[in-house]
Amino acid sequence: MSRVVITVMPKQGVLDPQGQAVQGALARLGFSGVEDVRVGKRIELSVTGDDPAAAAREMCERLLANALIEDYRVEVGS
Amino acid sequence: MTTLEPPLHRQLGLTDWEAGRIDELLGRRPTHPELVMFSLMWSEHCSYKHSRRLLRRFPTEGPSVLQGPGENAGVVDVGDGWAAALKIESHNHPSAVEPFEGAATGVGGIVRDILAMGARPIALLDSLRFGELASARSRHLFARSVAGIGHYGNCIGVPTVGGEVAFDDRYEDSCLVNAMCVGVVRHDALLRSAASGPGNAVVLIGNRTGADGIGGASVLASAELDEEEDRRPSVQVSDPFTERKLIDCCLELAGRGAFVALQDLGAAGLTSASSEMAAKGGVGIELDLDAVPLRQPLEPAEILVSESQERMLAVVEPGRVGEVIAACDRWELLATAVGRVTDGGNLLARAAGRVVVDVPARLLADDAPAYDVPIEPAPEPEPLQLEDVPAPSDLAAAWRDLLARPNVASKRWVYQQYDHLVGANTVQRPGGDAAVVRLPGSSRAIALTTDGAERHCQLDPRAGGAAAVLEAARTLACVGARPAAATDCLNFPNPEKGATGWRLREVIDGMSEALRALGVPVVSGNVSLYNESGSRAIYPTPVVGMMGLLFEAAASVTHGFDADGDAVLLAGAATPRLDGSELLGEARGRPPAPDVPAQAALCAALAEAAERRLLRSAHDVAAGGVAVALAESALAGGLGVEVTLPVGRRGDETLFGEGGGRAVVSCRRDGETQLAELFASHGVALKRIGTAGGAHVAVDLGGQPVALGLDEAAEAYETGLAEALR
Amino acid sequence: MSVAVLRFPGSLDHESAARAIRTAGGTAAEVWHDESDLPGGTRAVVIPGGFSYGDHLRPGAIASRARVMDDVRRHAERGGMVLGICNGFQVLCEAGLLPGALRPNATLSFVCRQTTLEVTDPDAPWTRALGAGAHLSIPIKNNSGAWFGDPTTARVALRYVGEDALGSVDAAAGVLDDRGTVLGLMPHPEEACDPLLGSADGLALFQAAVAA
Repeated sequence: MSRVVITVMPKQGVLDPQGQAVQGALARLGFSGVEDVRVGKRIELSVTGDDPAAAAREMCERLLANALIEDYRVEVGS
Repeated sequence: MTTLEPPLHRQLGLTDWEAGRIDELLGRRPTHPELVMFSLMWSEHCSYKHSRRLLRRFPTEGPSVLQGPGENAGVVDVGDGWAAALKIESHNHPSAVEPFEGAATGVGGIVRDILAMGARPIALLDSLRFGELASARSRHLFARSVAGIGHYGNCIGVPTVGGEVAFDDRYEDSCLVNAMCVGVVRHDALLRSAASGPGNAVVLIGNRTGADGIGGASVLASAELDEEEDRRPSVQVSDPFTERKLIDCCLELAGRGAFVALQDLGAAGLTSASSEMAAKGGVGIELDLDAVPLRQPLEPAEILVSESQERMLAVVEPGRVGEVIAACDRWELLATAVGRVTDGGNLLARAAGRVVVDVPARLLADDAPAYDVPIEPAPEPEPLQLEDVPAPSDLAAAWRDLLARPNVASKRWVYQQYDHLVGANTVQRPGGDAAVVRLPGSSRAIALTTDGAERHCQLDPRAGGAAAVLEAARTLACVGARPAAATDCLNFPNPEKGATGWRLREVIDGMSEALRALGVPVVSGNVSLYNESGSRAIYPTPVVGMMGLLFEAAASVTHGFDADGDAVLLAGAATPRLDGSELLGEARGRPPAPDVPAQAALCAALAEAAERRLLRSAHDVAAGGVAVALAESALAGGLGVEVTLPVGRRGDETLFGEGGGRAVVSCRRDGETQLAELFASHGVALKRIGTAGGAHVAVDLGGQPVALGLDEAAEAYETGLAEALR
Repeated sequence: MSVAVLRFPGSLDHESAARAIRTAGGTAAEVWHDESDLPGGTRAVVIPGGFSYGDHLRPGAIASRARVMDDVRRHAERGGMVLGICNGFQVLCEAGLLPGALRPNATLSFVCRQTTLEVTDPDAPWTRALGAGAHLSIPIKNNSGAWFGDPTTARVALRYVGEDALGSVDAAAGVLDDRGTVLGLMPHPEEACDPLLGSADGLALFQAAVAA
């Protein structure tokens, strides 16, 4: 059994309306110096199989991330 | 480089002749950014170069027209000092690439067109076409497009009150997502996009500019950018929260008279917005590209054509720029003076202190070439021979199956995902004939619908074009409205191939004939061509968006049967046929051409009957024929019906045959005589066919009983679409 | 008589709520989120529906931290009446003025439809005039309308009748604070104040606000 953590983030250069709204809210609450905010998703999986990283990448390609607007990162633990 | 690259203008989609024409008009070779700007402004998408000449055939004038085609939206007087702005637009290709964002940004774009007129958007409608739902790809495109439309419309607080969706294999490769918006504005607050007043500031309001939707990014890259930057995102991500702030802020500023002119940034972004504003006003505009707020580093050409969403361009007197920026600050919106209005008529852009663009604005906005499309008539199809169509062995089963078909079944699965109420003015919700929306602070209302007749247009484009217009008018008349204005989206395959050019012309002529008979002008519209893949072309699909007026919102009529014992009547005299019908399920045969004057008279009779409060219900007979119309009225009212119909040529044709120009209406038993007199005075046939009541939808077909229980009909009708999506 | 209607960027139903208050015989004062105080003479506060801050992060989360909310909290602590509708309900839960939280609907989609509600707690100024068991026809329209909380300790003022409650615990459509003066309501009473639009059952709630 492997523990896989997938991070899905808006692609660089793609508008991130959520990050933009959160950045504005942080500024209103008095947090200065926040130059950029990007909001994404973290997905945790427990996976059996020989190559969990490859499997997770395929899951990202086919479902978990929208390759047109999102990047993903796969980390495999033990 | 070892390979021989085609010249840049061809990579950008310009022909050699067009490139030569640009050189000739400018008297020199264009700069790189200029060539990119011409390639977009002279594209089919921006210039309608293959359809512009044909579009002149539409009737566009009328006593109530305040603004015809050529602006961001058309505007008509709707009484009580109010004007309504309306427009429909396609977002077909982006929706096929990324349906959620594509459909969502389509909604955003059409809303900004209405906003640019100074109007408050009060209603949205969406006309959709997808492949059959047996296809996983079509289910995905459909479900995600609906989600995207809902996401955007719900979040900006504009009710999605109506629309339509149909499924056919012909849309498997090229789905259609057309969005229509209607807004209201006081006559004296109407804004236009013509820039004026040299010295006035040009202010960009809204989101930062990024590499969104830059068409042919690879082409730009080959000239200016290295390969790393080649893979730029072209999918536009929607930001409805910013759009809502734009609506609130722009209307606040417009209300204070802070804008000289306003324009949204759509296709070709800053290029089209600034060149059109300058050309319309007969002035020039100078842009300082270094002042444009960017999301990422961009080349001058990219800044000029970026299609980043949720942006507006305003012309503001210099003394009021501070006020505009302050109001935008309060709304947490960026507002930046990016240029000024000049004498002379040129669009000039500077970057890093250097002039990179200096061309007469009208060359971009108005002087794109116009081409004639080949006119090659398609062979006329023969009408169906009834004996070639197998008769259903069990008419009740066929009826039930038809009610469950996605093209007929309730679209509740769709409209339940849309906020159709926000604003508290929705008098008639989706699910009936036309939506009815009360005008703010008035007893008047507008009625709205979108309709198409694509199978009919494929078989007989002129008759089909007329049929689409007449169906729209009829659905308005069924709720008691008088048709007042139309907007249209002409979705066609490649007009340079086969009979498409001819079909385009025929459809326009058919639509125009019906519009003239109804006295309804086209005030705005959109053309989407080349909707085909290697193997499949869409049907000619003109989508007619129509707005009608009701003097009393309270007089609007619903389609549900109202009370036990009410008389049920069939209005209109058209002969039902199975050619191109939903029962047949394909474009085959030749539907009878509509009798245009007779159908216009039917609309007038229905509207007058509603105004005189003689109707308890009215419902257009459309897909699935009179049997489906009866079942829908029964289900909507929760009340059965018993009717007798002459058997005609064959039972299935009588029940399910189509052919425009009919409506199922009901009235009080003691109101039948008055209703008959009214219809007779319009020369419109009206025949009593039965009585509302009971728990069945029952037809006596020349002695043969055909019936469905209300429960059984509801089960088929209410679950059909959701089942098809499983 | 005067009812404050809050407005955030992304508020959508403030005008409909103000119209409902006027129909109920009161006066409505729109209050911008950035104000430090509610207007003097405010008897009740309505936080209207919409997508404040685009529903980003969590629905209601960003608006609940707005400056004006400090005075709304003081108003509530004094026993002043507060009605949060839809997004306003989410704001009140995020602000800690109401128990529980709103989760995504069980359908995982936006749902807009007419619902029937039953008054289940008539011992609050919001519901007293309606009485226990009264039925109201009021539409819902939301993405995240499933209330999640402990129904044994929370006061559920209104429940959905006879249909799927979108996953709301105890079919709760409206929840009161301990005192009964702060009400969060997922359905939209401001969309049900005119028979022409299908129902006027929502007016009773605005009448209660005006009577405060």
